Amino acid sequence: MSTEEQSLITTEVQTENTTRTDRPDETVLESRGLDVHYGDERALSDVSIEIPEHKVTAIIGPSGCGKSTFLRSINRMNDQIDACRVDGELYFHGKNVYDDDVDPVALRRKIGQVFQKPNPFPKSVYDNVAYGLRVQGLDDKLDLDDAVERALRGAALWDEVEGKLDSSGLDLSGGQQQRLCIARAIATDPEVILMDEPTSALDPVAASKIEDLIDELVEEYTVVIVTHNMQQAARISDKTAVFLTGGELVEFDDTATIFEDPADDRVEDYITGKFG
Amino acid sequence: MSSETDHDLFADVDLGWEHRKNRIFLGIIFAASMFGVVMLALLLFDVATDLYVGLTEYNINLVDFLTRDGSRREELSGFRGAIVASIMLMVLVTFLAFFVGVGSAIYLEEYAPDNRITRLIEANLANLAGVPSIVYGLLGLAAFVNGVGMGPILLAGAIALGLLVMPIIIVSAQEALRAVPDGVRNGSLATGATQWQTIRNVVLPAAMPGIMTGTILALARAIGETAPLIMVGAIFINRMPRGPFDRFSAMPTQIYNWANEPSQHFIHLAATGIVVLLSFLFVMNLIAIYIRHRYETEI
Repeated sequence: MSTEEQSLITTEVQTENTTRTDRPDETVLESRGLDVHYGDERALSDVSIEIPEHKVTAIIGPSGCGKSTFLRSINRMNDQIDACRVDGELYFHGKNVYDDDVDPVALRRKIGQVFQKPNPFPKSVYDNVAYGLRVQGLDDKLDLDDAVERALRGAALWDEVEGKLDSSGLDLSGGQQQRLCIARAIATDPEVILMDEPTSALDPVAASKIEDLIDELVEEYTVVIVTHNMQQAARISDKTAVFLTGGELVEFDDTATIFEDPADDRVEDYITGKFG
Repeated sequence: MSSETDHDLFADVDLGWEHRKNRIFLGIIFAASMFGVVMLALLLFDVATDLYVGLTEYNINLVDFLTRDGSRREELSGFRGAIVASIMLMVLVTFLAFFVGVGSAIYLEEYAPDNRITRLIEANLANLAGVPSIVYGLLGLAAFVNGVGMGPILLAGAIALGLLVMPIIIVSAQEALRAVPDGVRNGSLATGATQWQTIRNVVLPAAMPGIMTGTILALARAIGETAPLIMVGAIFINRMPRGPFDRFSAMPTQIYNWANEPSQHFIHLAATGIVVLLSFLFVMNLIAIYIRHRYETEI
């Protein structure tokens, strides 16, 4: 697909606000020849990938293979790192997010992120969820109440915190904190949610709740999830990308294909546990 | 029989001398840590005795002492002017040093790139924190009292003290900001907040207890400083300052002044003044400890 065509889609989305379901299997994120360096060290090497809308795309690979780096380069959180340099292109609805006229703050309002370690703010449950809306200028109490409830329901947390919206988000359990962070990310209604090993700091029960939640989230959002748990990737994702050491994308295909019949021998070795 | 085997099992290990070395070392470091406590106790005892003698033999009335200004006549002399001057100094120092200090800390921790200029600024601040206080007094005298022509007024003293404590406020605020986990910064930025929104809504509230604690301790240092105030001419004044542009003598300079008097009555007035000054420091430290304790479990 050419850039021109994708640009048309972008304008269409912005002006007519077409619902996502009208365009099934549309590519929402696309990287072309993406290189990321930290100082002299190469973290990502020539990554080209097309991530479909309303699907769960899992990124797996051994430690230090650039999974998280790739995720952070999507919403430009890498900008926070002084030594980080990004080359190549990364398109969001056909717009290169590294163009000069793209404001990373605006980009992050459309692409939310959930981190490895639950990181609620030292504020009340309510203020945590309302945070994104408030920084975007919403301050009507009724609208905020609505949005907070919707986000907490969306994150499958409402029933557990309904009576204690004013207590600190830090008083919740680890799994609840992570769902609170998911609520915070979806409260502003982004299009894409990036998840960086969201269950690795949680116990198995809390982790399986997050997995169930991801299954529901994908109805409304596009989910890109980094995980080092291959069973998790196999369970929850539609597409799987395998990165190997050196920041190289080795294979990207339907999850079933990756786990049952990978084309690349190295992927097969990695999945069957021969290395990594 | 079995106890004999147990005994034999470790017979070849002789740890007697090693354990004795442990005990000797423990004794030495315990004595070292008690040294400060003993010295503080001696100091407090000395001040308390002087206060007691002052109250009984020289009939110093604490109410009169706190509600009268200084005077050439020892029996009419009080501490009110000095207390008021010190409180005004503290308020002015807070205004002068807090915003500049916290502002610099925010810049250095949250915005400044890690390059040579930033490192140069930080090295300079560290050096500044080590400059003797009398040098700030000289600066105040040269630049503000004489240079700008302010004269020996309270504002000049406040500027000298403000410059003195600013590096301390900057360094403690930097530490407080550094203690805020990056996770909450990233969480805020990833939610689509700008850097300033992140700092204002998430980072500063989390760092504020630490910043407040550092600032109060810095002010406690400022309120006890004598040398810079003597340099800017805060001495030989007995009455209460009427504002920041009035001449003044603060608590430590008034104590210094009294202690130089030949009369024993004045010496005991000085001791009473020291008790008042120490009470101020004690209360400020308590507030700092309370704030730290109250909020330390938050993150």
